[in-house]
Amino acid sequence: MATTEALPHDATAEDHDHGDHPAFLAHHFDTPEQQFDSGKLGIWLFLVTEVMMFSGLFCAYAIYRAMRPEVFVGSSVFLNTQLGAVNTGVLLFSSLTMAWAVRCAQLEQHRMLVGMLGATLGCASLFLGVKSIEYSHKMDLGLLPAGFYSYDPHAVHHHEGLSPFLIWMAAPFAIATIGLLVWYVIAKVRKNAFQSLVAGPLLAAGLSFFAGVGLGMLLESGESTEGVEHVSESAEESLAEIGPLVGEEEGIHRQDPVEPTGVEPIDAADAENEPAVARATGVVGQLAQQETNSGVRQQLLAEERQAEMASGRITTSAEDVTGPVGELVQAIDTPRLGGVFFSIYYCITGLHAFHILVGMGFLTWLIVRAARREFESNYFGPVDYVGLYWHIVDLIWIYVFPLLYLIR
Amino acid sequence: MATSATHAGYAADNYLNHSRGLASWLFTLDHKRIGVMYLIGILTSFLVGGLLAMAIRAHLMAPDGALPLTNDQYNQVFTLHGAIMVFLFIIPSVPAALGNFLVPVMLGAKDVAFPRMNLGSFYLWCFGALFLVGALLSSGLDTGWTFYTPYSTTTDTSVVLATFGAFVLGFSSIFTGLNFIVTINTMRPPGMTWFRMPLFLWATYATSIIQVLATPVLGITLLLLIAERTMHIGIFDPEYNGDPVTYQHFFWFYSHPAVYIMILPGFGIISELISVHSHKGIFGYRFIAYSSIAIALLGFLVWGHHMFTSGMSNLTTIVFSALTFSVSIPSAIKVFNWLATMYKGSISLTTPMCYALSFLFLFTIGGLTGLFLGTLNTDLHLHDTYFIVSHFHYVMMGGTVVAFVGGLFHWWPKMFGRMYNEFWGRISAAIVFIGFNLTFFPQFILGSRGMPRRYATYDVEFQGLHQMSSIGAFLLGFGLLVAGLTLLHALFKGKLAPSNPWGGATLEWHCSSPPPHYNFAHAPVVGDPYEFDHIDYDRSIDGYVFTSPPREVLPKTPQAEPATAKDSHS
Ligand SMILES: [Cu+2]
Repeated sequence: MATTEALPHDATAEDHDHGDHPAFLAHHFDTPEQQFDSGKLGIWLFLVTEVMMFSGLFCAYAIYRAMRPEVFVGSSVFLNTQLGAVNTGVLLFSSLTMAWAVRCAQLEQHRMLVGMLGATLGCASLFLGVKSIEYSHKMDLGLLPAGFYSYDPHAVHHHEGLSPFLIWMAAPFAIATIGLLVWYVIAKVRKNAFQSLVAGPLLAAGLSFFAGVGLGMLLESGESTEGVEHVSESAEESLAEIGPLVGEEEGIHRQDPVEPTGVEPIDAADAENEPAVARATGVVGQLAQQETNSGVRQQLLAEERQAEMASGRITTSAEDVTGPVGELVQAIDTPRLGGVFFSIYYCITGLHAFHILVGMGFLTWLIVRAARREFESNYFGPVDYVGLYWHIVDLIWIYVFPLLYLIR
Repeated sequence: MATSATHAGYAADNYLNHSRGLASWLFTLDHKRIGVMYLIGILTSFLVGGLLAMAIRAHLMAPDGALPLTNDQYNQVFTLHGAIMVFLFIIPSVPAALGNFLVPVMLGAKDVAFPRMNLGSFYLWCFGALFLVGALLSSGLDTGWTFYTPYSTTTDTSVVLATFGAFVLGFSSIFTGLNFIVTINTMRPPGMTWFRMPLFLWATYATSIIQVLATPVLGITLLLLIAERTMHIGIFDPEYNGDPVTYQHFFWFYSHPAVYIMILPGFGIISELISVHSHKGIFGYRFIAYSSIAIALLGFLVWGHHMFTSGMSNLTTIVFSALTFSVSIPSAIKVFNWLATMYKGSISLTTPMCYALSFLFLFTIGGLTGLFLGTLNTDLHLHDTYFIVSHFHYVMMGGTVVAFVGGLFHWWPKMFGRMYNEFWGRISAAIVFIGFNLTFFPQFILGSRGMPRRYATYDVEFQGLHQMSSIGAFLLGFGLLVAGLTLLHALFKGKLAPSNPWGGATLEWHCSSPPPHYNFAHAPVVGDPYEFDHIDYDRSIDGYVFTSPPREVLPKTPQAEPATAKDSHS
């Protein structure tokens, strides 16, 4: 932990720098307490940045949920609550083993520490295994972000064999697990205690990914024979139920000064006409009444057109609407609305899964250091910091799970 | 080293020559060297951004464009000018370059709390800069530095490269801020309470709070924008039912506080400069300290003032307008306190002081013109005109950059142990001041007459004012060139600097110029950072010495309270 510059300190620095400076204490700190407190404050601040980052996504979730509640209700039916619940349990359990690991580090129980870190790593891996089933299942159905969304409720076909998406996601883990197995066997054969202490937990973690895949398949297939149809039917139903309401709700959810009283499909004549201008109330409306104020009139018309288009219910053909915005009409189709939900789903869970992966990297680093017995009762900061990071990743999932899976 | 106060103060063994070779710089964990590397990086960016600005102004000499640039190329030039100046230069300028050098020294510490993270954030900066340059070299960027959707999701230019660069630069900024918060919290020396910290540290602390809280939101916004371009996630892109105004909300939630990331450290520099060069304790220490924090927190509530014309509800715009005015209170508190500090002080018109004075003038104009933009009805007229261009250049360039250059002149002897030529320093300050006003004052008039920003061509009636502005810009560029050459000349030919050339009382003036590798051989005794009674000019070294005996040696038995702790701030 000392400076990388392997140069001798000058004489004056020498006499107060060393003496009782333990190896783990960085050169610029005076006491182990100062070092620990700095690290602790640092990791808490880092967690604040994580919370801010995810809160951007939660904000996007809230905005689009408020704007299109029917889409969220209809689409969240596709998420498998069982898999989500299993993953919630797995992460909660991993938080327990992580907290236990911190305690082990404080009590200098080195083997136990490696075991607890390994258990946490295994849980992380299990989580990702289940997640890969969830992802690949949805990708197979075409439940993708808005740009690639291709789900067709009338053409749900059952895939035989493994999904190509699953193969892509599992391949890195398969390679890593095989590598770890080889390493573990070699370490055992050579009777290298340190290497087998490290390779053992890592191998177990690699295998638990496939345990997660198996568990996910089991739960998903229990539903898939009749389940997929059931799910898609109920999704269609809920879309159909809420669909007619959309028009009326539109006026409430848009906060334009236009205050549209209801959404009627615009036709070519309307686009040039005054209804938006006439309906507009308040100061803006009065301004728009004046012939000379073309800017406000244009703005109101544009806002109304935007409101129409964003609802995805345009019935006119592209030729009827002029201007660059109009050319986009063809691309808008009602099923695409579901894409917004899945965009947010993939963004939130994807960023969360990325954090799990980073956490797995940290845990591996800790396992190596723990096997070297580097942690002791007055130096366990890194375990503590990674533990805090792990808890925030867990905590974020605790919010993600109800918001995406449970709230209907 | 311990006797630095009695001889000229130039340390033979200092951080610059403590170890040699390129690797000793590239892998250094020394905050001072990292600060110097940052300085080189951001000054290079400033040069590139400045040359682009010269190209913009040269092009605008004639109504149809004086340079052989197509309108598309013009769009790319002003976009890169903005992106480079904001992300590569101003945001890291004071915190990462000067702050890295000064924060630990002002704290009497050996280093920042996380030296490796500090080096890492420098390399993140380099990495981010590479991506921005990559965008420049591949197919350019023409969205404006704000990357507004839907244009940024439809243009053919390399938005993904540039936004990824900005994303990486954001993390560099986060780690710098995080490092400073922890350093200031945990590494203050015994005796330095919160209200005995130099105001530069308060300003840095407030800046760091914003960096840590706001920048992650920019990070996620840019990630979503990248996802929008590559996967069409339909969050910002109206083509896929997204909402472009949501992008603006997300973007300005970061980018308005980012304005304070840029200006707050400038405030910190000015607090030091005004007090030291007036040789008078700062007036209203606590008000200046608290107002930094107030600005940092209020800055999170006003982002909507960038979107008055974007289609928010009337109520929202009124609320944002009212909140925006509230920020002017702490800003004005600072200006009044600086003026009161100078009152009856013995002002030395040194180069740093000349820059500080022009800061006061320019920032005040910049701040006051902001009121016109925060007012709803005038903003509808002035939005997206040259008025806003001029306003934020008065704040960013006239404020932050002038403060930064002033700070460079102030701490240059400390950083490199050499004095510069005072005469040319003052000349540069005068040219910058005149050139700046000539460039940007006409732009207020242009804007109020309806000249829109970002246009490559304009009506003939605007030509006179545009030409004035362009000539001013060349003068401004020349002034900065003079400043740069003066500083460069000092590096090679300047006479050796005393450890305290200006008579400052903060801790950095207690160590030699340049500081030794570990800053202080012994922990310095902390006194009032703005107490100038015991600092006397010594003609033989052309610098100042500390005459108060209790400050020179550390008492053998630590006292419960330092000898000077009874001096209270007003
Ligand atoms: Cu703003």
